[in-house]
Order: sequence, then structure tokens, then C-alpha cells
Amino acid sequence: MNGSKLTAAKYLGHKRLVQSGVLLLVGLIYVVGCYLLKFDTIQGALSIPKAFSWLAINFMPTHESMSYLPQILNKLFETVLMAIASVVVAAVIAIFFAILGSKVTGINKFMQILVRGIASFFRNIPLVAWAMILLFSFKQSNFTGFLALLLMTIGFLIRAFMEIIEDEAGEAMLALKATGASYFQVIFQAVIPQIIPSLISWILYMIENNVRDATLVGILTGTGIGFIFDLYYKSFRFDAAGITVLSIIVVVIILETLSNQIRKVIL
Amino acid sequence: MITKQGSDPLIQKPSFNKNPQPEKIRLRKTSASTWMINGVFISLILITLYTLTHLNTENVKMADAFRGLMMTLDQMFIHPNAGSDGFMVLLEALGVSVLLAILTTIIGAVVGFFLAVLASRNLTNAYFGAGIRSAMAMIRAIPTILWALIFSIAVGLGPTAAILGLSFHSVAYLTKAYSESIEEIDPATIDALKVTGAKFWTIVFQAIWPTIIPSLVSWTFIRLEINFANAVAVGAAAGAGGIGYQLFVTSGLSFDFHEVGYIVYMVIAVTIVLEFIAVRLRQHYLAK
Repeated sequence: MNGSKLTAAKYLGHKRLVQSGVLLLVGLIYVVGCYLLKFDTIQGALSIPKAFSWLAINFMPTHESMSYLPQILNKLFETVLMAIASVVVAAVIAIFFAILGSKVTGINKFMQILVRGIASFFRNIPLVAWAMILLFSFKQSNFTGFLALLLMTIGFLIRAFMEIIEDEAGEAMLALKATGASYFQVIFQAVIPQIIPSLISWILYMIENNVRDATLVGILTGTGIGFIFDLYYKSFRFDAAGITVLSIIVVVIILETLSNQIRKVIL
Repeated sequence: MITKQGSDPLIQKPSFNKNPQPEKIRLRKTSASTWMINGVFISLILITLYTLTHLNTENVKMADAFRGLMMTLDQMFIHPNAGSDGFMVLLEALGVSVLLAILTTIIGAVVGFFLAVLASRNLTNAYFGAGIRSAMAMIRAIPTILWALIFSIAVGLGPTAAILGLSFHSVAYLTKAYSESIEEIDPATIDALKVTGAKFWTIVFQAIWPTIIPSLVSWTFIRLEINFANAVAVGAAAGAGGIGYQLFVTSGLSFDFHEVGYIVYMVIAVTIVLEFIAVRLRQHYLAK
């Protein structure tokens, strides 16, 4: 009996042992990983200041590089519009599937599994793969970038919207069902009004995210701000590349602030 | 008189209300929030309509393009094969990407935790915290791929550039996530330790660390999933190696879509395993 008695010291000792074990394991994985990838942590850390001083010298915008600004802003504007359009179209498609597939509003079990499967499939195909496949058929155009972002966003939003519906709409739905309302009345009068604030919050988040992802898609498909960065970067016009990065920072921070303000009002 | 115990009389005197009609029950609230929601919706829809009608399609024939896409998808997903590289080469590349994701997540978690402690409003002085938070916001605003490209000229192409580039974004992301969890801690916990005269790092490791472990683990695994996706992307766009590079070569240079499909299936398998681990860990910590 006294063999299994749990004292505070024993409990804490055991906990400490587990924690140290986990930390040791993580450390071991790190060391082995570094060895396999031939990454020298100290060398890497030392190269950060070097990289930044290199950045400060080469990426510093000069007077001449200001002449690139109109072109950069134009492409950036195009990219932001594309990000917004892809999210809005994806949201319209996603809400439809989310209502069909969520546990509370879903039609049947088969549909729920199907929608979950489709969402997970779309979400997990790498953006690189989408961009390259679409580039092959749709050539180097903004439409390619738009489609790549759209397909990726649909997967994310279906999952997010389903979780929102399951978390937030249950009670309002039940209340309306009790009055004898039809399925469509329940959807349009209870579910959608209830989830709109969270819906918008997610849409705003995806817009920020897609502006960043559009850079990657742009580098691969030759469109928007990613293309122009790649162009300057590969032709060693680093000052222009520097302005491009600065403009991206400014736009992303503006978008982030704007959506935080909107969230404060609606939530 | 008929009364309910301790309350107003049930029968009330008639009131001299001149308007016998009760106020109409309003079904919809009009408030700042509804205005904002409508405003956001209308502007988003207008922007989308404008963009879609002005989208530059370079005169690609849509019907042909979609037919081509269907053929490509058929090759990819219905008839995948390992192609000219073979399974072992692809598996090795996949391993490199997974390792990249794990290493950068570990770096992000360790550095992110210390920065988060220094940046949290309830632990440090306001100016210092605000400085770290805005620096992190700047770093987060730059896409991961640009960080990797920037480091690839500064330190040369290869895994070092990829690791540094991915780590930068991870550190900034995790600093924000962790410091939000730290700020949610009950101030009484911290005060209780302060009263005993505990030093700053004692408070951090005895009060903060044990309290936030669940959210720490949960955020770290979310980041691991993101880092894996980013590792694939960096491999493709910055030539940093791994499965992303293979994906880029087969789909952009040799156009072997059977192999592209094979690679995509491999990547999906890894992401499903990562998602499974993340869900299990979250359940484990929520149950406690």
C-alpha cells in the first residue's frame, strides 16, 4: 500500500523526468537533423548579422530606384485584388459545401465524409503543385495565379466554416427547428446570420494569407508581385527588389491593421 | 390581497399609458456591427466583380485549357508512377523536407519562447515588449519564400539558406502565438510568485511554462504543418532541395505529370500523418 503512495516530491520528480526526457529527445532530433542536412547552427547564427549587413547595403533603395515604384505598386495592387477575389469566390463555394458537410447541418453521413475528404485533399496538395499544373494548361497569366490561390483557399475555408457552424450555430438552429421551420428557413434565418461575424473574420485572415502566398505563386507562374520581385532579384537590381519587399511589408501590415479594426467592431 | 411572497402584487393598477399598442418587437438590430458587416460584404463583392471582369487571361482558350487540365489531372492522380527518379530518390528528398520542417520548428519554438516571454505585456516593460512585437510583425509581413531567397544570396544556395529563411518566419509567428497565450495567464499566478521574491526566470519556468504547455504544444504542431508546406515551397522556388525541388523539376522542366502525381501523393501522406499527430496531442492535453 505504501509502495504506491504518491507524494508531492515523487509526483514532481516523475514530471521533471518526463519533461527532461522530452527535451532530451527534441535536442537529439535537432542534432541528428543538423548532421543529416549538414547545417552548422553556430555558423548559421553568425551568418545572420552578415546577411543583414549585406541587406542593408544592397537592398537599400536609392533615388534612381524610386522610378520602379509605380510599376511595383501597380503589380502589388493587382496582387491584392487577386487575393481578395480568390478568397471571396472560394468563400461562396466553401459555405455551400460546409453547410452540406458539417455535422449539424449536413444531409447525411456519406455527404459529410465526402466533403471532409475533398476539403482535406484540396488543402494538402502543395501550392507549388497547383501552380505548376495550372501553369501548364493556362499559361503565364493572372488567371493561373487566381485559380491556384482559389483551389487552395477552398480547402482551407471548407474546414474552417464547418468548424464554425458546428461550434456556433447549433443552438440557434435547434430553436428554429422547434418552431417547425423548414430546412432552408433554418439555414438562412438561423445558421447564416449566426455565423457571419466569424465568417468575415476568417475571410479577412485568408486575404492576408493569400497576399503572402500570392508572392510564391507569382514567382512560380510569373504573375503579380512575385514575378516582379523575381525579375529584379535575378537581374541583380537589388535596390528595386528592396523596394518591392518594403511595399509588401507596408501593404500586409495595413491589411492586418484594417482587419483587426473590422474584427473589433463586428465580434 | 393576493401576493407572491416577497414580490409585487400580481394584480396591478391599470397604468395611464396613452398608447395601448406595445412597442413593436424589432427583429433585426441595426448597430455599428451590422453596418460594418454589410459594408465589408458589399466592398468585397464589388472588388471581386471588378477583378474578375478585368482579369488578364492572355487569350487562353478556356475550353481547351480546362480540357488540358483534366488530362493532366488524370495523368497525375489516376496513373501516378515514380518516373525516372525512382522511389528511393523521392523518399530521400521527402525526408530532407520533413527534416527541414522539424529543425525550423525547433528553432522557432526555442527562440520564439524566449522572445515571447520578453514581449508579453504582463511580464516586461511596455516599450521593450512593443519593440519586439513590432519587429516580429515586420518579419511576419515578409513572405517566407522571400526570406529564403534573401538568405540564399547572403549565405549561398543550400540547406543553410532554407533553414534560416524558414526559421525567421517561424520565430515571428510563434512569438506572437506564445505571447498571446502568456498574456491570458491569470495575473494572480504571477503575483503569488512575485510575493515570495522569486526572480524573473524563476517565475517564467515555475509559473508560466507549466501553465502554457498545452497551448505551446498545440501551436508548435500547427507551425510544424505550416513549415512542412513552406519547406516544399522553398525547395521549389528557391532551389533549396527536398521534395519541392523534385516537384519543380518534374512539373516545370521534364513535364512528367505521372511523377508529379506520385510526389503529390507522398506529400499528402506526410501532411495527413502530421495532422493526425497534432489532433492526438491536442486531445491528450485537453483531457488533462
